[in-house]
Amino acid sequence: MNLTLVHQEICITLIGVLILLLDLCTPPAHKTKLGWLGIAALALVLLSGLGPLPAIEPGDQVFHRGDAEVLTVTHTQVINGHDHLHCTRPSGQPLDRTIPANETLRSGFHGGITQDALAQYFKTLSLTAAILVLLLGIGFASRLRDGVGEFFALTCFALVGMMFAAGAANFVVLFAAIELITITFYVLTSFQRHRLRSLEAGVKYLILGAAASALMVYGIALIYGATGTMSFNALQTPAGGNAQIFNLGLLLLLAGLGFKIAAVPFQVWAPDVYQGAPAPVTAFLAIGSKAAGVVLLLRLAAAGLQIHASLLWPLFNWIAAATIAYGSLCALRQRNLKRLIGYAGIASAGYLLLGIVALRTGHGHEGSQAILYYLAGYLFAIIATFMVISRVTREAEDEDLSVLAGLYQRSPLMATVLTLAIVSLAGIPPLAGFLGKFLLIKPILAGAAQGAAHTALIIVALAGVVVSLYYYFIVIREIYWSPGINPHNRPEKLPVLEVDWATRLALIICAIMLVALGLFPEPLLAWTREAVTALALH
Amino acid sequence: MSPLTLIFLIPLLTAIVLLFVPARMERAVRGMTQAATGISLLLALGVFTQFQPGQGYQFVEQHDWMPSLGIGYHVGVNGINIGLILMGALVAFAAACSTREIIQRVKEYHILLLLMTGGILGAFVSLDIFMMYFLHELALVPTFIMIGVWGHGEDKNFAAFKITLYLSAGALLALAGLILLYTQIGANSFDLLVLLDHASEHNPGLNIPMQNTIFGLLLFGLGILVSLWPFHTWAPLGYSAAPTAAAMMHAGVIKKFGLYVLLTVALPLLPDGATGWAWVLALLALGNLLWCGLVALKQKDFTLLLGNSSVAHMGFVFLGIASLNLIGITGAVLVMIAHGLLAGLAFGLAGWIRQHTGSTEMEKLGGLLQTMPFVGGALLMALMAGCGLPGFANFAGEIAVFFGVWQSDFKIIAVVAAWAALVIGAVYMLRAARNLLHGPLPAIELGGEDARCCARLPFVLLLIALLLFGLCPHLLTNKITPAAKTLLPPANRAVQSAHNQ
Repeated sequence: MNLTLVHQEICITLIGVLILLLDLCTPPAHKTKLGWLGIAALALVLLSGLGPLPAIEPGDQVFHRGDAEVLTVTHTQVINGHDHLHCTRPSGQPLDRTIPANETLRSGFHGGITQDALAQYFKTLSLTAAILVLLLGIGFASRLRDGVGEFFALTCFALVGMMFAAGAANFVVLFAAIELITITFYVLTSFQRHRLRSLEAGVKYLILGAAASALMVYGIALIYGATGTMSFNALQTPAGGNAQIFNLGLLLLLAGLGFKIAAVPFQVWAPDVYQGAPAPVTAFLAIGSKAAGVVLLLRLAAAGLQIHASLLWPLFNWIAAATIAYGSLCALRQRNLKRLIGYAGIASAGYLLLGIVALRTGHGHEGSQAILYYLAGYLFAIIATFMVISRVTREAEDEDLSVLAGLYQRSPLMATVLTLAIVSLAGIPPLAGFLGKFLLIKPILAGAAQGAAHTALIIVALAGVVVSLYYYFIVIREIYWSPGINPHNRPEKLPVLEVDWATRLALIICAIMLVALGLFPEPLLAWTREAVTALALH
Repeated sequence: MSPLTLIFLIPLLTAIVLLFVPARMERAVRGMTQAATGISLLLALGVFTQFQPGQGYQFVEQHDWMPSLGIGYHVGVNGINIGLILMGALVAFAAACSTREIIQRVKEYHILLLLMTGGILGAFVSLDIFMMYFLHELALVPTFIMIGVWGHGEDKNFAAFKITLYLSAGALLALAGLILLYTQIGANSFDLLVLLDHASEHNPGLNIPMQNTIFGLLLFGLGILVSLWPFHTWAPLGYSAAPTAAAMMHAGVIKKFGLYVLLTVALPLLPDGATGWAWVLALLALGNLLWCGLVALKQKDFTLLLGNSSVAHMGFVFLGIASLNLIGITGAVLVMIAHGLLAGLAFGLAGWIRQHTGSTEMEKLGGLLQTMPFVGGALLMALMAGCGLPGFANFAGEIAVFFGVWQSDFKIIAVVAAWAALVIGAVYMLRAARNLLHGPLPAIELGGEDARCCARLPFVLLLIALLLFGLCPHLLTNKITPAAKTLLPPANRAVQSAHNQ
């Protein structure tokens, strides 16, 4: 048991429990202070996880990259200036050769969890999202009526699930992490019990989520039956005579993960849940849950790169194309803000899948790097969008696009940040979203030129960008030059929208990050490059 | 630091500074915008006079930006973009002086105008393809918002969305082409000079089907940006709905970006693709010249007429590029510069007329030479330049394009184009002159104030430039010709030197 591997997860769980306990003795007027406590504590956890990964020491468990066996390090030795490890196998028998240290991944819990740069990246991403969501939740607290403390605590627990998902290396941890996320979100989506829509969202998410979990656990069982191991690395070895069972298992597993990221045909829940759930929850669902699904998909796809399943890999092409097309076309006629972002979110899941498709075109590094970069830009754009939506809909109690009318006169800050976020989501320079889409499309184009990917996929992806410009620019139009729905109540006459300073802070952080990631992407690109080395792509 | 960096960074930084200027200080906002574009203009003029013709890229500055992606900060000028930068800076200054019509949200308008200016000037100085594209997109977005917020007419919303979708689709197709070019050449760099070196070392470079694919993507993607027939319908609509400065900048400067990329990236890197598509390009260019010319004939609104005639003029540039010989390409660049100046002038004057008479419909207007002698006189000169009257820069460019096309394989097109340009252009320009400038004053009093001292400055500058480059075209051609030589396909280059001997 190497608890340092999961020290962040343990800390966050304790923070959640602490918030729950303090909630008992906090008077209702001061509940938001619990949120600030959570933010401060999570910020410390975030900082503790940064920096280079610790060196491997004797007694640690490691994976040799791309190998299913969990080895235990006995001692290290420097050969030709590089660290090499002497290891023993699980049976206790020493390994007959040394392994270069830079080819190993630190692992623990009998291969259940790895600590690599990829996990570190996604953990940082999830923590950042959770901190911003808590900031958003503090501004939202007045609309929750009761259970503010529980709201903050549940956010922490969902975060723990995402952190475990980031480091998962076998199917047991994968399933536990996904369930932790999903079950917490069942509660969070229906948190505004007095709103029928919120309850409806909770029930929809519950039923479909349970069905998806059932599919996934069945898939895991089939894969275990075919290969006899729970490790992701099992995907690297062909399943021999059980290929049919193995492929069916993979298919069911993909269905479960497809549900998490809202890929076609498992996307039906997204618009309803996005619309009904409280704004902070929708934001967390849109980025955190999607990131967790994507990292697992990425690990599985990278591990299963050698699988010669004739069906599975082309399936990714079609799923990506269908997801982009469905999301873009359905978003066209949406007037409800949160539904619009929901459908747009489906389309972005499709763009993320382009990165997975790229794995098979020989541009795996670029593709997975693009996924990581895109998610970082998406994080700040989505949080900023929901922050503004949450504030604007507070008085209006309506989520039609027309509530944005005159936003420019009512709050220049929110109008500017929402514009930046929308322009970034639309993928226009100089913001983060542009580079994200650029990086995702680049390897697919290169693959298409070599005949490795469908030209149809490229056409759908490019058409999707053009279509997305239409619906995103409708939002921009509403902000700046919409007459509003009521001709007697000109937008200029509407009262100024006050923004509390927690929201203001979060908005400014998001705006700065969107511009910085767009203009100076090199530091983050370097980090993503390091992170994807953990995937052992060739 | 290279002056080229300052040329585009000063407007961009001024835009950021303006964010923090209180919105009620409108005079300061206008003053800062004019100052920023004025400094850019002076710098561009300085670079233009210091430039040594025929010595490759000058005033070069290079930094790392995203080294892992092969993207760098790289600026420089050669004979092709030097004139475009001067023209762009001049039109931008004129546009910054033509914002009197804006009375609401003045600060935001000027911020967007500066973003547009900085973006497009940056795109013209870039030597990195990614940076070019990046800065051009930055210049496009303000266009949409400016039309939407400050635009004119009933269907400005439709115009704003149409122009957004058309231009984004075009830009995206072009981006797909550029990415494909990057991956196929395999130099692992978006730097234009690196790509050119790589292509000349690895001979033969790309195979012909691939070149045709990429050139096709670039031709249609960039073609949509330049309003190539039949993808031109956004242009007249958008320009008539746009506020004056946006129309001046877009019709004059931003639209030239597509042509510029076609010339400097597509021609030298994809010589076989260019040869393969030249016929198609020439035929589509005829569509611009004839079809859009005929459409311009039927217009009742002056801004729509200008929009259509500006689309028609793009036909000359496309023809010049399609000729694939030295004189044709030199002519194309000349027309680009001349048309930029002319479009800036014409849309600026049309904006003045709309602001002071409240209309641009030709049937309602008349006798403007009496009520506003200076604006009327300037407009007459602009219309004459549009006809291709000798003495204006347009004539020099168009005649060079004709020579170029005559030298190339499709002589018949030259004949048709000449006929189209002379007859149709003259008819609609002269008709506009008669309706607007001469004749009786309109029955209803329209009011109308002539431009006085300061307000004349932008128009005077643009006219001077048009006449200067018209009377002394060698100021431009001595810079363009050596650079244009390097753009030609190797086969045509050989023919060219044989001709010269």
